[in-house]
Amino acid sequence: MAGKPFCCLGCQTVFSLLQENGLGQFYDLNVAPGTRMTGAATAAKWVFLDDPAVRAQLLDFADDRQARVTLQLPAIHCVACVWLLENLFRLHPGVGQSLVNFSRREAAITFAPDQIKLSELAALLAAIGYEPQFTLGATEKVQPSPLGKRMWLQIGLAGFAFGNIMIMSLPFYLGLDSFNGPWFKSLAGWLGLALALPVVMYSAADFWRAAWVSVRQRVLTLEVPIALGLAAIYAASVFEVWSQHGPGYCDTLCALIFFLLCGRGFQRKTYDRLAFDRDYKEFFPLAVMRKTAAGEESVAISRINTGDCLRLRHGELLPADARLIGGTACIDYSFVTGESEPVKCPIGERLYAGGRQVGGVIEVETLKPVAQSYLATLWNHEAFRKPRDHELGSLTNRYSRYFTKLVVGVALGAAGFWWFRQPDMAMKAFISVLIIACPCALALAAPLTHGTAQRLLARRNIFLKNALVVERLAKVDTVVLDKTGTLTCADARGVEFIPVTHLVTDSAGRASARADILAGPDKPPTARADARPGQLPPAEARWIYSLACSSTHPNSLRVAKFLGGEPLPVNGFKETPGMGIEGEIEGHLLRLGSGSWITTAVRGDACPPNNSSNSGSTVAVAIDGAWRGEFRLENSLRPEVEQLITQLGNRFALALLSGDNERAAALFRKMFGDHAILKFNQSPADKLNFIRDLQQRGRRVMMVGDGLNDAGALKQAEVGVAVVEQIGAFSPASDVILDAAELPQLARVLQFSRQAARIVRLGFVISAAYNLVGVSIAAAGWLSPIVCAILMPLSSATVVAFTCGATVWLGRGLKAGRGLVDGTQRRRRQLSALELQALPKEVA
Amino acid sequence: MNVIIILILASLGVALLFLAGFIWAVRSGQYEDTVTPSIRVLAEDAKPNNSETNTKPK
Repeated sequence: MAGKPFCCLGCQTVFSLLQENGLGQFYDLNVAPGTRMTGAATAAKWVFLDDPAVRAQLLDFADDRQARVTLQLPAIHCVACVWLLENLFRLHPGVGQSLVNFSRREAAITFAPDQIKLSELAALLAAIGYEPQFTLGATEKVQPSPLGKRMWLQIGLAGFAFGNIMIMSLPFYLGLDSFNGPWFKSLAGWLGLALALPVVMYSAADFWRAAWVSVRQRVLTLEVPIALGLAAIYAASVFEVWSQHGPGYCDTLCALIFFLLCGRGFQRKTYDRLAFDRDYKEFFPLAVMRKTAAGEESVAISRINTGDCLRLRHGELLPADARLIGGTACIDYSFVTGESEPVKCPIGERLYAGGRQVGGVIEVETLKPVAQSYLATLWNHEAFRKPRDHELGSLTNRYSRYFTKLVVGVALGAAGFWWFRQPDMAMKAFISVLIIACPCALALAAPLTHGTAQRLLARRNIFLKNALVVERLAKVDTVVLDKTGTLTCADARGVEFIPVTHLVTDSAGRASARADILAGPDKPPTARADARPGQLPPAEARWIYSLACSSTHPNSLRVAKFLGGEPLPVNGFKETPGMGIEGEIEGHLLRLGSGSWITTAVRGDACPPNNSSNSGSTVAVAIDGAWRGEFRLENSLRPEVEQLITQLGNRFALALLSGDNERAAALFRKMFGDHAILKFNQSPADKLNFIRDLQQRGRRVMMVGDGLNDAGALKQAEVGVAVVEQIGAFSPASDVILDAAELPQLARVLQFSRQAARIVRLGFVISAAYNLVGVSIAAAGWLSPIVCAILMPLSSATVVAFTCGATVWLGRGLKAGRGLVDGTQRRRRQLSALELQALPKEVA
Repeated sequence: MNVIIILILASLGVALLFLAGFIWAVRSGQYEDTVTPSIRVLAEDAKPNNSETNTKPK
């Protein structure tokens, strides 16, 4: 093990564990595999998993000898992860087969419950760096419906029948029927009917059902003419074969069903890794520790009663509204409000569900059950119950209403015309019109355009919940933006270092210094009293960087990003939750943390003030017991936000909603212009109501937000766009998940979706043109299987080629994103140099 | 001309075999996850000498 650098004891443990068990290959599969250890895992943490009720909820299957569980392992990210997890049986004799699903970040693990308890299994996984994630939402998860399998079978069956019938029909297309004689025609006909029967019964089952539903509800959706056309084709084929007129139209029938199903499958693209329907349950823990007379016990969230005394440790989430009764509470409400700075609370203070404790152990008394707590009530709002994906208003269905009436009208007209001229032709003309007018091309135009647009956007890290969102995006006329976390972000740009010399002489100049930072990177702060950003000596900067790298606290990460450089080894690293970090680098003792904590270690007269500022956050630095100064961390505007606002302002009505106070109002007023509505100090419910008011005034609103505090507004809006720093990380329920780096593209995305809507309309025009030709032929009574077999697939193919081609062509204007999300390459590029250096390396 | 009937039935029989294979593949869940297998193949099987020297004694 000598000569191999490890970032921490945890990584070293994993390395020796793997070497002992012959899994050393793990380190050959990737340059720096593994995930960053986020603290020693304790077996006690997982005890709640052995609670029979919790266990029963989690296990997929269990008997005396073996059990299977599917665990969420968000740390899975590369080849080595898959390999290691699937070789888990070598680490413990009680583990059987394990199967990883990479795109869902899941592993299905079979184990022997008498040899390894579920809690031990979780601890084992956590020990090798794949800490399972147990959330309240996961236990309520319904098993994935067999819709996927069913769809594959339907498409496969239709494709099989289509190919085989077409081969048998080839002689008739080429006019060889006279050569083969009538017996061959009838054989081909009967075989075709036999092959088409399961296609009609099974593959097309959804069309019959949907058509029946829409007839019963007296709404003409596109399924009605499709079902009518399919029924007409099969009926005509049976009649022709029965009466020995010809081989029927079964080839066309199966081809149509095959194409229609492919179009539907194409539209049904989902992203397994992304959850668009998450609610608060998704990140509530399964169980918490309850204080009892005998000590403490693990209790499932659903069984918490009012008046229970709960114990929360560092990093644990408060599941219900409660009152603080013991300990020093420092609650991080970033999930709820988007504000990243933890709030210190005195004993007796009311704490709200969704807050996360930072620091030591606290004891709280619950005031409300989980389902009635502050966070949960937001989800009980009607906006969360309204069905979103109704297709009734969609473009296709609006057209299909006219289409169906027109087709039936023409068919009846043709039948009427022939009835007086040549009665035996009437039936043929009627059926022929229904056959040829089957709106296959019409049905394909929208799914293919939207599906292609969805895929193109996904390549640019803009993920749509489903293809229908494209159509809703095209109708948007008002854009509402959230401020904190959406337009502004916490990154290295908002950081500055104030040396001790400036801090001691002045403390009044701080407020003005801070207000300027929000103005963004382009406008350097000007009006500044005495607190000027200073330079650290390069050696000291490197020490601080090395220390900051060792912690995963967001403030440490920001300081590390701000300083940059090469890390040095840190000895005696210690993290005091809620206070700071310390360690020895090149013989110097460094401390980074809150001002009051630093004071305890500082000699001499210059001490940081105990009352750290109330806006933004500061990180004080002490080297060898001498206070050196502090880092100030502020939110800064994301790059190119101003251009985005200008672009959006040209076309849409704009509004800004912020949970923050009004200190940056002037800046945003200038950016948004005089007509925009700017609202500050907005609660989650205020945001939701604001969107609803806009909608009641007839606006179609797109809401762009990030945190759970925007969840209500995102859900209420026609299109909710969640901005996330990292794809796959938590995002509230929304229609679009957007990588924060792609935010400047938002105006372009809206333009693209409007273009997509235009492409769909053009697709309708093309399909209408084909129908005009086809229906004329049919009404004239000239329809033959060969006309059908050429015209119908040709019209579908033209529409497919046009819509896909045009969408791709228009989408080329979208700037290339950072590559595909799935796949190992992307993830490896995402790992910052900082993380990579901290990982264990195998030097072969 | 009877030979064509035999040919049609034979080809149909072969096609049905493939259809049965497809149905089996779908039902056994091979279409559920199309990403992981593509990653799994990248990891080679354990090197023989490595696994022998390092396997934990039972």
